[in-house]
Amino acid sequence: MKVVFERPKTLLEKPFTYCPGCHHGLAQRLIAEVIEELGIADRTIGVGPIGCSVYIYEFIDVDFVVGAHGRAPAIATGIKRSLPDRVVFSYQGDGDIAAIGTAEIIHVANRGELITSFFVNNAVFGMTGGQMAPTTLLGQKTKTTPLGRDPQVHGFPFRLGECLSVLEGSAYIARVALTRPQFIRQAKECIRKAFLTQMEGKGFSLIEILSPCPTNWGMSPKEAVDWLEEKMIPYFPLGELKVKGCNSRETP
Amino acid sequence: MEKILMRGNEAVAEAAVRAGCRLYFGYPITPQNEISEYLSFRLPQVGGVFLQAESEVAAIHMVYGAAATGARVMTSSSGPGVSLMQEGLSCLAAAELPCVVVNMSRGGPGVGNIQPAQSDYFQAVKGGGHGDYRLIVLAPSTVQELVDLTYRAFYLADKYRNPVEILGDGMLGQMMEPVTFREPEFPPLPPKDWAIRGKGSGPRKWVVCLDLDPKGLEALNLKLQRKYRLLEEQETDYDTFGDPEPEILLVGFGTVGRILKSVVREGKKEGLKLALFRPITLFPFPKAALFEKAKGVKGILVVEMNLGQMLEDVELVVRGKVPVFFLGHTGGVIPTVSEILEYVHGLLKEEIRV
Amino acid sequence: MPRARVVINREFCKGCALCTYACPRGILVISRDFNSRGYYPVMVTDEEQCAGCGFCAQVCPDVAIAVYRE
Repeated sequence: MKVVFERPKTLLEKPFTYCPGCHHGLAQRLIAEVIEELGIADRTIGVGPIGCSVYIYEFIDVDFVVGAHGRAPAIATGIKRSLPDRVVFSYQGDGDIAAIGTAEIIHVANRGELITSFFVNNAVFGMTGGQMAPTTLLGQKTKTTPLGRDPQVHGFPFRLGECLSVLEGSAYIARVALTRPQFIRQAKECIRKAFLTQMEGKGFSLIEILSPCPTNWGMSPKEAVDWLEEKMIPYFPLGELKVKGCNSRETP
Repeated sequence: MEKILMRGNEAVAEAAVRAGCRLYFGYPITPQNEISEYLSFRLPQVGGVFLQAESEVAAIHMVYGAAATGARVMTSSSGPGVSLMQEGLSCLAAAELPCVVVNMSRGGPGVGNIQPAQSDYFQAVKGGGHGDYRLIVLAPSTVQELVDLTYRAFYLADKYRNPVEILGDGMLGQMMEPVTFREPEFPPLPPKDWAIRGKGSGPRKWVVCLDLDPKGLEALNLKLQRKYRLLEEQETDYDTFGDPEPEILLVGFGTVGRILKSVVREGKKEGLKLALFRPITLFPFPKAALFEKAKGVKGILVVEMNLGQMLEDVELVVRGKVPVFFLGHTGGVIPTVSEILEYVHGLLKEEIRV
Repeated sequence: MPRARVVINREFCKGCALCTYACPRGILVISRDFNSRGYYPVMVTDEEQCAGCGFCAQVCPDVAIAVYRE
């Protein structure tokens, strides 16, 4: 029989530590598949976040560094500047990348740092128990917005991808979801393009992955996927936000 | 060997390059900007990397990333900037990553001012950030010693896999003195087989600064404590100067050390039996040597450009066996030789009441 | 003989059931026996019906499903 789908070898053979229905595992599977297909596992270095996916280094079979909350882009910069021929990626949640680490991600993008960042947006702080994140939707109830997010008090959900797109140094930015097989195929293609953007020296690349958090949203996995499609995608539209064809280092 | 007239900040930068430092990440802050300015042209000459970060927070985490690859890496800053780096320093200590941090400290607290001060002693020596960790802290008192300790800083960082802080001050950074770059010979270091460089054909590795298992985290802490004890046994360093049997032992570090040297000389002319004890390693603190040196003296006078920080470590060493006095200025006010001599005369006149 | 085969890693499966909604033939259900971690993993009811499209494996967040086809 032909293989339709098998677990990629670059994803280590152990069960994920995530809640049922959480898409961290799916996102990491796609990253592992692309690394495997590009044949770069031997020279790829991942930088983990602080959050639910702090244990990403337990799952993808490449070298890893994990530091402080939100600082992965700076750590990745240090690694890449030290070893320019390695493929370096950061993997971060919304609190990590779009709250405490906002300065680091903006400047890594603006420098056109040759790294790839994966931004898992589930609209809450997951590991700490479901508090408001910068990406929490208006009216969305969380542990710290019990009456729903009020823009008068908390401001607006943060569209990081769009924000980074206007910077000269960013070369490829896309937002994806993993709620349907068709979306998953598109997401994998975007992840591949992001790594290639880095490897071809075009500039910074970021993939924002909309992800359900059934546990902290108080929903079943299926309800969470439906809520993501109904509520999150209209505010965080899917697609390629920026594709820079030319080499940003050569063309100012 | 050729002597070159150099400013402290430039000398530390040149020494770092000669010690094999190939990456520098920093953020501008007075009074240490000449370090980054110098390295911005010097590092590219040797194929190294100079990168101005968006903040001290980013700079120290860039150091974390580069250190994880096994490269010799450095940052520098002053008081407020080093405060911002504490998060990263705690992580570097936990992950046991070697790096060198230069603090040309200035007046605090708060934004304070840009004048020389030693008020970052507690921050440097007692850990500084969260958790039970220490930095190796070296305190040079001349530009030449700044050069020599920079070589040693990179060696100790690699040998013990620990961040090293060179604690200078604005005066040392800005002062110009003749220096020679004597490349010291250190024993060979073990290979950095822990470095993260992509797994290649071998097994994968990771560097992290967390352990969610209580027993695992306690084990890491105990390992760090063993390292700190080893440092105390093997790496403490200090300088002494003056009368072999002093009545008053003067204790001061860094810039104050050189002022106290003049006090010893001037005091001798006035018939005073004085000696200087100057810790060169602030962590590990030279406890045993100070304890020996304190035997038989009438009193110890600690002089600092703060309001009594190393004083606490001196008191811990002598444990009430010898009276300990303190003279300090802060905020950029520098103790003068005549002022200290006057204080010493006063102590001796009053026959030192305990 | 079935035209396709679905292999479920019962120990990796957390019973989120997302695959049961993704399956066009509706042949995946949550089983009644829990695994060693206390989850009720998914199972195939009628493998003869499986077309081997692989949608279940694609959407599985725990990468617990492998699919083979003639």
